[in-house]
Amino acid sequence: MHVEEKMTYETWPAAPEKSTLESKNKFLGFWLFLGGETVLFATLFATYLALKDKVPNTSQHLAKDLFELPLTFVATMLLLTSSLTSVYAMYHMKNFAFKKMMLWLGLTVLLGAAFLGLEVYEFNHYVHKFHHTFTSSAFGSAFYTLVGFHGAHVAFGLCWILTLMIRNSKRGLNLYNAPKFYVASLYWHFIDVVWVFIFTVVYLMGMVG
Amino acid sequence: MKRLAKWRLISLFAILALILSGCGKPFVSALKPAGEVADMQYDLMKLSTFIMVGVILVVLLIFVIIFVRFRRKDDKIPKQVEGSHKLEIIWTTIPILLLLILAVPTVATTFNLADVKEMDKKDSKALVINVRSHLYWWDFEYPGQKIVTSQELVVPTDEKVYFNLKSMDVKHSFWIPAVGGKLDTNTDNINKFWLEFDDKRSNEAGNLFYGKCAELCGPSHALMDFKVKAMSRDKFDAWVSSMQDVKEPQKAQTDLAAQGQDIFNKSCIGCHAVTPANKMPETARLAPNLTNFGDRSRVAGILDHNKEELKNWIKNPETYKPGNQMTGKYQDLTDAQLDALAEYLMGLKVQE
Amino acid sequence: MSTIAQKKGFGATLWDFLTTVDHKKIAILYLIAGGIFFLMGGLEAVFIRIQLAVPNNDFVSAGAFNEIITMHGTTMIFLAAMPLLFAFMNAVMPLQIGARDVAFPFLNSLGFWLFFFGGVFLNLSWFTGAPDAGWTSYASLSLHSKGHGIDFYVLGLQISGLGTLIGGINFLVTIINMRAPGMTYMRMPLFTWSTFVASAMILFAFPPLTVGLTLMMFDRLFGANFFDVTMGGNTVIWEHLFWIFGHPEVYILILPAFGIFSEIFSLFSRKRLFGYSSMVFATVLIGFLGFMVWAHHMFTTGLGPVANAIFAVATMAIGVPTGIKIFNWLFTMWGGSVKFTTPMYYAFGFIPSFVMGGVTGVMVATAAADYQYHDTYFVVAHFHYVIVGGVVLAILAATHLWWPKMFGTMLNETLGKITFWFFFIGFHLTFFIQHFLGLWGMPRRVFTFLPGQGFDAANMISSVGAAFMSIGVLVLLYNVIMTSVKNVKVGNDPWEDGRTLEWSIPSPPPFYNFKQLPLVRGLDAYWLEKMDGKKGMTPAEPLGDIHMPNSSFIPFMISLGLFIAAFGAMYHVDKVAWALPVMIFGLLVTFGSMFVRSVKDDHGFHIHKEELQEDKGAKA
Repeated sequence: MHVEEKMTYETWPAAPEKSTLESKNKFLGFWLFLGGETVLFATLFATYLALKDKVPNTSQHLAKDLFELPLTFVATMLLLTSSLTSVYAMYHMKNFAFKKMMLWLGLTVLLGAAFLGLEVYEFNHYVHKFHHTFTSSAFGSAFYTLVGFHGAHVAFGLCWILTLMIRNSKRGLNLYNAPKFYVASLYWHFIDVVWVFIFTVVYLMGMVG
Repeated sequence: MKRLAKWRLISLFAILALILSGCGKPFVSALKPAGEVADMQYDLMKLSTFIMVGVILVVLLIFVIIFVRFRRKDDKIPKQVEGSHKLEIIWTTIPILLLLILAVPTVATTFNLADVKEMDKKDSKALVINVRSHLYWWDFEYPGQKIVTSQELVVPTDEKVYFNLKSMDVKHSFWIPAVGGKLDTNTDNINKFWLEFDDKRSNEAGNLFYGKCAELCGPSHALMDFKVKAMSRDKFDAWVSSMQDVKEPQKAQTDLAAQGQDIFNKSCIGCHAVTPANKMPETARLAPNLTNFGDRSRVAGILDHNKEELKNWIKNPETYKPGNQMTGKYQDLTDAQLDALAEYLMGLKVQE
Repeated sequence: MSTIAQKKGFGATLWDFLTTVDHKKIAILYLIAGGIFFLMGGLEAVFIRIQLAVPNNDFVSAGAFNEIITMHGTTMIFLAAMPLLFAFMNAVMPLQIGARDVAFPFLNSLGFWLFFFGGVFLNLSWFTGAPDAGWTSYASLSLHSKGHGIDFYVLGLQISGLGTLIGGINFLVTIINMRAPGMTYMRMPLFTWSTFVASAMILFAFPPLTVGLTLMMFDRLFGANFFDVTMGGNTVIWEHLFWIFGHPEVYILILPAFGIFSEIFSLFSRKRLFGYSSMVFATVLIGFLGFMVWAHHMFTTGLGPVANAIFAVATMAIGVPTGIKIFNWLFTMWGGSVKFTTPMYYAFGFIPSFVMGGVTGVMVATAAADYQYHDTYFVVAHFHYVIVGGVVLAILAATHLWWPKMFGTMLNETLGKITFWFFFIGFHLTFFIQHFLGLWGMPRRVFTFLPGQGFDAANMISSVGAAFMSIGVLVLLYNVIMTSVKNVKVGNDPWEDGRTLEWSIPSPPPFYNFKQLPLVRGLDAYWLEKMDGKKGMTPAEPLGDIHMPNSSFIPFMISLGLFIAAFGAMYHVDKVAWALPVMIFGLLVTFGSMFVRSVKDDHGFHIHKEELQEDKGAKA
């Protein structure tokens, strides 16, 4: 199978993301990369747990003062839904439905951008209302590094998906770009899973105290 | 030719190892233990060495046989052997057994050395010393006796002495090799351990043990030696009393020393105390306490204890301990001023 | 792209190497760069030993000495040992599994250039002040260190480390997905197995280092407080992060070394590896256990007796699979027909040296005794015994073993043996006595020692050994130059007893490696065919078009961008006007190049069947 050959619904393989050697390699390579990223985030979580609430003096706010459930809940719902929309996008990709895939990818990007917007608003709130900044304490450094790093991953993912959408908008699906969409969606699921842990360990555990 | 060389090499190593394990100075060598902790550690060293030498001998034996018997003689292809289940089991289980033999005393000793319960007991008679490491000097506070000294630790023999270890700037490590292993002084927390100084062996070592900093802390890490004077309980109590008797700065004995005291009181006293009472919080103790400076065996922990070297040190501390915290803290002194100051400092004694 | 050999000018050759994605050429790049850094690290070692030859020496100042020891350790581990091992893994592993290249040739090149630029960046620190907090760069000292030395360390290693991580993933996917037909996992050569396990370790060990370096960078350059105790920070976190990386790192170094020796013992004894399955099992077990023991570097930090006891026992456990390996190597030779070539000299020298290093390893594992050994010359002796006696001897051995496969010539055997003896004797002279120096009370990382404490004679002996090692290395350099000048070509199996697939193809191989992928019938695939009287491997596929990747300058650009950005990041803390623009420019170069790579299609090219039929295996 040549990667650029024009396909039809009938000739399109069941698993387009791993039908060539290159795509099999990309598929496995990316899963392994995610393994490494898992260890990376695990390390950031461990650091956060060690430095949670470690502030230089009592004038500084602790986790239980900072975090609020409503905002965090909305952000979580946005990101979780965006993961769902990316699942639909992949379903359509496997069914050779290019336009539908693009539609659901677009929704994914919108939801992800909304999540990011909320997070920017949230950080702004902490900085101005509570003077909880990256440099104000070890707790601050750890919080913004962990959550900010995740946010940076979200931003990168949005750029990635958008670039793929724009670059391939006129091409339709083929065995060269299908693995690219798939790998980007894997990445998107990964950062969603990381968010579930952040939500639990940072926000929920933080609010409980 | 190579065969002979190998035999020579092996026997050379063996003899060397035997000789070298007897060497080392008794005041600084871990191979000449002078206390309970160093004894336990030396025992572990001997046990592990004994087991490991056994392993080495077995390996060497097989090795030498291979070298002699199986070198290529002809072009025959040898029998391709897949392996041996029996051998695999042997060389898996025997090492496991050997490690168990080593692991049990290791774990026991580790817990023993960490037993500092005595420190937390309310009416404990145990001696507790707070060690605070600095760039590049050591501070020793005796909270029970309410005295502070620096650079030279004074301890009683034949009893457990407990230590609270912390650093006031960067990580250092407190080590008296002949008496026991080290424990790091961290900036974050207080570490606790105990040491015991054997009377007989302290006497054999000249009653002066060498202490070392054992964690890279900056340019003068190599020059952060401290000393430990180990003496009988009676003599120790006498020393403590002498120190406690110094309730205010001792008056200089000669005119020259009095001049020195003037100079000292104008600038040095800002950081260096000459009374042992520990009313200052530890964060305010910026420089070694000099109450009994005249009794010490080194200047700045490393130079010979005489007037010449003392003047050299004060005149230009940076050449002796690059990166030290005293450099640049005072104006240059003339040779006459240095002479007077040194006279004063050398006279700061609590013992005759 | 024709397969016919072309005469190349210097410029064309340079461009070829700057843009190559061929694993064999990348291997040569790693060998050269790693070799240069090894020489630099060696020079640093010589300076250390000159300074410590006599008490109270002033050959270098205290501050300079701390920079030298830091750079010696950092350079040797990150910029010499790892890249040199990567050179051999790149050169040989794809050939051993019957593949035409690695899974991601572009990323392979990127991995190299990231390592290279990271290493150059770190060494530029010599001009303004090198890092001086040891290769372990503990937090309190690092934050205290003036100047930009530590920043060079943090940023240089970050860039280099990314390269290593990419390389690790690459090797893993290659081994999992691209083995030739018939090459099951249990038919892979041990060197490939050790590459596999080491690569898995890289994948899991480098992220904690990445995090640690990032946190240190944030503290030093961007005002964070991870390690600042006065702001709630914690310096022991750095120790944990560093050693969670650092301990697996040394197993990442030693496992490929073990793999190299497995090949050598087997090849030069004319006998298959004894206990192959046990060897595979032991390799995997060492890889796994390697992640469970990091706190044995922190026995004196004050973690408490429970932690110390657990880590002590776990550490001792690693001795078991390692011992299994030693015995299996010995029994590979037992009953064999052993030829003492230069690689075999190194293998033979490795056994006693590494066993000594291993047993002192068990000694330092006994936590309570380690309170005496830690941070003294005893530990310095231990790790040099395992790293020099294990990794360096393996690298020198592999250089001889696989030189013909990489360059088509053979290094001189006599000169090789001379190098071995000088290096081996010098190594023992330098490091054996250091065990005793540590026990006699000499701490490590000291720029000098005082007279009258019993350290004088031993230090002098130790320094003399360094001279011997230097001579050995110089003889090796001479060997390399003479061999290159004489340029006497050899065939595909110059050692005559090759067992594995790399020996079944020309030296050096054509750029596509195998005209037709080979059919593997068992372990030691090539040996099997030889014993059946065949000249070469049976092909597993008909002759057909071969799909090959295109060269690219983009990996160089991506790495260059990070190199530039690092300068900006580092100097922005000095509030100079150009720092932020430079950092942004560098990042734009990097991300811009990544963007170009993403949007520009690259399908590679095909070598047509007809060209292969004419081609007798010439290089492109």
